[in-house]
Amino acid sequence: MSAPPAAPARGPHALSLVALAAVAAAYVRAIWFTPPEAVQGYAQKILYVHAPAAWVAFLAFGLTALAGAFWLFLKDPRLDRFAESSAEVGVVFTTAVLTTGPLWGRPIWGTWWTWDARLTLTLFLWFVYVGYLVLRGVIPEREQRARYAAVLGILGALLIPFIHLSVYLFRTLHPLPVVARTDGPQMPPVMLITFFGCFAAFTLLYVAFVRARMALAAERDALEDAAVGGTA
Amino acid sequence: MNAAPGLLASAWTIARKDLAIEFRTRSAFLSALVLSLLAIVIFYFAWDPTAIRATDLAPGVLWVTFTFSGLLGLHRSFGVEQHDGAMDALLVAPVPRESIFLGKALANLAFVLGVQAVALPAVALFYNLPLDGRAFALLAGVMVLAALGLVSIGTMFAGMTANTRLAELLLPVLALPFFVPIVMPAAKLTAAVLAGRPFGEAVAWLRILLAFDLVFAYVCMLVFPFTLDD
Amino acid sequence: MTARVEAAGLVRTFGARRAVDGLSFTLAPGDCLALFGPNGAGKSTALRMLAGLLSPSAGQARIEGVSLPRPEARARVGLISHRGMLYEALTARENVRFSAALHGLRDVEGAVQRALEQLRVADRADVPVRSLSRGLQQRVSIARAIVHGPDVLLADEPYTGLDEQGGAALTALLRERRAAGAALIVVTHHLHEGLALATHAAVMRAGRFARYERAEGLERDRYAAEYRELVA
Repeated sequence: MSAPPAAPARGPHALSLVALAAVAAAYVRAIWFTPPEAVQGYAQKILYVHAPAAWVAFLAFGLTALAGAFWLFLKDPRLDRFAESSAEVGVVFTTAVLTTGPLWGRPIWGTWWTWDARLTLTLFLWFVYVGYLVLRGVIPEREQRARYAAVLGILGALLIPFIHLSVYLFRTLHPLPVVARTDGPQMPPVMLITFFGCFAAFTLLYVAFVRARMALAAERDALEDAAVGGTA
Repeated sequence: MNAAPGLLASAWTIARKDLAIEFRTRSAFLSALVLSLLAIVIFYFAWDPTAIRATDLAPGVLWVTFTFSGLLGLHRSFGVEQHDGAMDALLVAPVPRESIFLGKALANLAFVLGVQAVALPAVALFYNLPLDGRAFALLAGVMVLAALGLVSIGTMFAGMTANTRLAELLLPVLALPFFVPIVMPAAKLTAAVLAGRPFGEAVAWLRILLAFDLVFAYVCMLVFPFTLDD
Repeated sequence: MTARVEAAGLVRTFGARRAVDGLSFTLAPGDCLALFGPNGAGKSTALRMLAGLLSPSAGQARIEGVSLPRPEARARVGLISHRGMLYEALTARENVRFSAALHGLRDVEGAVQRALEQLRVADRADVPVRSLSRGLQQRVSIARAIVHGPDVLLADEPYTGLDEQGGAALTALLRERRAAGAALIVVTHHLHEGLALATHAAVMRAGRFARYERAEGLERDRYAAEYRELVA
């Protein structure tokens, strides 16, 4: 008979608070202390959310696939809990990318949605990982769920280059209205530092979210175990 | 002592068994076929022939139809194993686990190509496509290449979703994003053939399709056993 | 001489639930283990591990000294369960033939015919299994399991759905396999049925053997009384 799981500490972990403070600081700097971009004006400030969110989304999914692959050989439940948490956080950040993209695109490109290579890729990434979460949701048995999720994670990671390639080719064969490049070579240092701060803050936020989500998953597993232990 | 059959021999046995069942019941094949024809007909009426030429519309019709009718057949693939627990017998038999994937994929390939063999002429007929022998041969080639990728992915996910609830809903949700790098090149190649453009300009698409087939057929066979071993 | 079946510290957990919790025994050629126990005691899980369908969380199962789930070990196993494992659209003969082909038998047709005759379903062998009664389906299923002359026969409630003639045919078949040197494990709820065949008897409870002994000389009525007490 296993002991009931220890009562979890309530309230946010210090890391979450630090991450939120870092994000707040980065945005105070981005909004008030960084000059608006000459051509795009204030719309450009959306990119301080968009670009770091995209970075975290890709990081999250990459790590999900990696954790899954390792799980297949190590069978450590922590790896699976990490994969689960990272995928979920990744979907949240991807949703942020997909919302901020059109918000920026409307004033700059003159259209809400465009089949830009990177935006399209992100959309499909979102599809794959929402599917990943749905799949996890329908498998009650823990080990089977981890195995299936790992396989899907690996296949999803393999899919990314193919989608990227085909979307890129699709675009070059059907040129879209000229796209204003955001990553021009001459970004002034003041903006560059702000960008850097946003990337760092978002990465910290990712770590904090995943950590909190993993703690939740661990509690859920422990609760399940305790329930089973009680009836067996 | 009996010699356990090898990968290809047992895959062939499994594929033959699946096709025998399909031939006996015919229900899935007929539904997929009728679904394809219905889709082709409905697309026709959703189309304004004065604005878009048939040769521009046909690739889309063909590949959307192909994708969805393919899914219908894939779902059935593991259903026959699930029904009476036959998968257990298959797993106890001394055949390599990969051969289950390979056998199922072969049967599914036959299924999908069978549907396609009717759907392609139907599109040509209903949309008055100017198809000569060469164009037919090229399209058939594109279809086989696309079917290989579609069936690899589809068999993999059909096996994965077969014993979950929501299987019939989950399979398309998981598989469709993976069909993008198949449908996109296939539709482009089809468009090139229909427009009578030289195939050469579409070589990049052909490469993507080939690479996808190779990578996913191999990787799916490799990881498939992970979805079996409890 | 190597044992036909060897279970060495078999454990299988599902999450925190230990379905099988340390099972060790060996069976020599001609041994028959009758395995009793209440629902959820882990009998089926144990059998699935011995068939190579489930990988143990700890410990090992060997057939003729070969570890499961290697194909050489699986090749010697025949599995009968309360599920038919048949394809209802195919005929009895096709079902058994499929099994024979998967085992790479040389004389497929001969082996199929013999198995069907042994279970007395040869006269109904060429109609789809779907149109056979439950009892006849069970006989076909048994024919499917023994067509390759397995050295180890695992039977999970094999008498389910069989009529008197079918039951007699199965008993005769199990005796014949035993005489031919096969090792048998029969999981059943019917003590008398099980003890009639057994050389060993075991009662499983909560994933372990609550008792395990040679069956010869066991007084059946007393065993039944003690069993009821044990699982109560």
